[in-house]
Amino acid sequence: MSLKTSDTTGRSLAPAPAPPTLQSAASTDDEGEARGPRVLVRSEESGVQLNLGDLWAYRELLYFLTWRDIKVRYKQTLMGALWVVIQPLATMLIAALVFGKFARLDSGPLPYPLFAYSGLLLWTFFSSGVTSGTYSLVSNSNLVTKVFFPRAFIPAAAVGAGLVDLAIASVLLVGLAAYYGVGLTPSLLLAPAFVALAALLALGAGMLVSALTVKYRDLRHALPFTMQFWMLASPVIYPTEIVPDGWRWLLYVNPLVGILEGFRAALAGTPVPWPLVAVSAAASVVALLVGYYVFRALEDTFADVI
Amino acid sequence: MTDNRMKPVVRIENVGKRYRIGALHPGYLTFRELVGGALAAPWRRLRRAGEDARTFWALRGVNLQVRQGELVGIIGHNGAGKSTLLKILSRITRPTTGEVEIFGRVGSLLEVGTGFHPDLTGRENVYLSGAILGMRRAEIARKFDEIVAFSELEKFIDTTVKFYSSGMYVRLAFSVAAHLEPEILIMDEVLAVGDAAFQQKCLDKMREVRRAGRTVFFVSHNLPAVTRLCRRVVLLERGQVVADGEPQEVVNRYLSAGWRTGALREWGGADAPGDAAARLRSVRVRDEAGETAAALDIRRPFRIEVSFDVLESGRVPVAVVELANEEGTVVFGTRETGGEWRGRGRPAGRYTSAVTIPGNLLAEGSLVAHVSLVSHAPAAALHAHAPNAVAFQVVDRAGGDYEGPLPGVVRPLLEWATRLDAGGG
Repeated sequence: MSLKTSDTTGRSLAPAPAPPTLQSAASTDDEGEARGPRVLVRSEESGVQLNLGDLWAYRELLYFLTWRDIKVRYKQTLMGALWVVIQPLATMLIAALVFGKFARLDSGPLPYPLFAYSGLLLWTFFSSGVTSGTYSLVSNSNLVTKVFFPRAFIPAAAVGAGLVDLAIASVLLVGLAAYYGVGLTPSLLLAPAFVALAALLALGAGMLVSALTVKYRDLRHALPFTMQFWMLASPVIYPTEIVPDGWRWLLYVNPLVGILEGFRAALAGTPVPWPLVAVSAAASVVALLVGYYVFRALEDTFADVI
Repeated sequence: MTDNRMKPVVRIENVGKRYRIGALHPGYLTFRELVGGALAAPWRRLRRAGEDARTFWALRGVNLQVRQGELVGIIGHNGAGKSTLLKILSRITRPTTGEVEIFGRVGSLLEVGTGFHPDLTGRENVYLSGAILGMRRAEIARKFDEIVAFSELEKFIDTTVKFYSSGMYVRLAFSVAAHLEPEILIMDEVLAVGDAAFQQKCLDKMREVRRAGRTVFFVSHNLPAVTRLCRRVVLLERGQVVADGEPQEVVNRYLSAGWRTGALREWGGADAPGDAAARLRSVRVRDEAGETAAALDIRRPFRIEVSFDVLESGRVPVAVVELANEEGTVVFGTRETGGEWRGRGRPAGRYTSAVTIPGNLLAEGSLVAHVSLVSHAPAAALHAHAPNAVAFQVVDRAGGDYEGPLPGVVRPLLEWATRLDAGGG
């Protein structure tokens, strides 16, 4: 398949590259009479058009959709932003009781509650980004069938809104760190990089899953189960040290491991496990590219099947 | 000679759109079907990619060139491909064959209130909907006061729109749309549903847009409006352009071809008009005896039955029926206003609403019913719109109860009384 992009450009951009024969015709006195930016819509048979220009031309819409998701979520809620703290906090408390107290798992340099909360924070961000992006594409079917815009912004806005939740829930993380006396180290500056990796991975996975779900509706039944499976397969509430030697290769298959371990290393000021992080970074970039490609390949049929 | 007005701003070349009509889930496959189908009969899947009975061409071999400043009316019967053409022009879906070249920003208004969210305030929705329709933030901010003034909703602009009446909702939504200034405007007649004042505003806006030198595509069944507004009309029939030219000529050709729809209209799966909340299933004209009938005695009452599925429990979708005559003039509109389901949230399921139209009311001639499903709570929504859903003839077989023909779009049998006031002695 060809990888041609459409020539869409926004108004604020430089004049579109119109064919030379038409440029001589620019003898009009009014901007409204000049022919605007050129868009070429090719047939389905001509392959996937990546339309990267559209992403730029419509960039403000990404902001509006993210803003809408946040607004709508916090309107008419009893406790508003508290919910995004309560969810990981409650899970952390039960995990602290079962794994920290009863099973006495050794969580390394971070005290178990802080260890678990930091993991749950990133996990909740990742999984809700993928999940709400997927549901949001189907629930916005009225938009998809009535107006053109880069639909990838719908799952992207879900991840963007998740970043705001993450920021709010991080307040408790700071509180826990202060309570346990985990000091500030220069490595803390690395923490946002791991959040960024998690965002890229969530975006890639979100685009992939949401696009496939529009085409194959029953995939949405598989999503909660897959997410639960993925959480248990990742060191969210348990440390990687409990994985026996013969199974450690599994850690390199799961791109979330490097993100979680790297994030915690940044918090604790311990050495960052770079090989794992490299796997995560590579996987996030690949997920983003594959996710966008698959999304674009299916996007043009959304209006016909949604 | 090198004026831009002579160059096409929209070039549609050999455009075709093929849809699949499946049996069980016409629109989409389930993953199980995909896997199961692939395992069971790989060759069948391969063959399905090509031509077969399960596909149809909504558009085929369409060629059009439109110059700047043209206001092009697109008419045709239901299913002729008008909506598909609009969707391709507005880039909502891609053509199966051919290509479309467009110079300029395209604004498409295929429904009122695209992008409105019931939980946001009027102010927030102006920004959101404006951005979704393609406006920039700075542009919306600049026009904001004007948009609000046009809607006459200054007092309520910070109220959540779910508390708006349906009229307020439509006013605000239209006012956002009216301030969109694309080089190419694509408008569906769905926009023109609503009261007469609203329709007038809509048509005035289109004139204004044309005066500003913009290009407009206007799809409508409102033939008088098309004839008045457009200098060029394109008639689509079964996915092909069969006439393109002077409005009166094209409109006449359309009328003479007849309505091409009968007294019963049924929709299969995904092509049924509707949304996630409600979907039309069938519309039927029944005579007094309960038989499906396309020719009705002018003196006898008859019924129009609308069957629809409520997919989202708790919504209150009601059927709206508009009867229009051959000129496209709406004789009247009616919607369910009473009965045991009035205002009650409806559990998901199949409903049939029937309206009885009395005898001795309609004038003789052929009529067509446009059927929609709307709800007013929690938010005003147009779930489905089926223009030209069914057509029928009102026939005056035996001079009726009248003596000879009468003018007018209705022909009610009214009570007259005459008395002798002064005798001649």
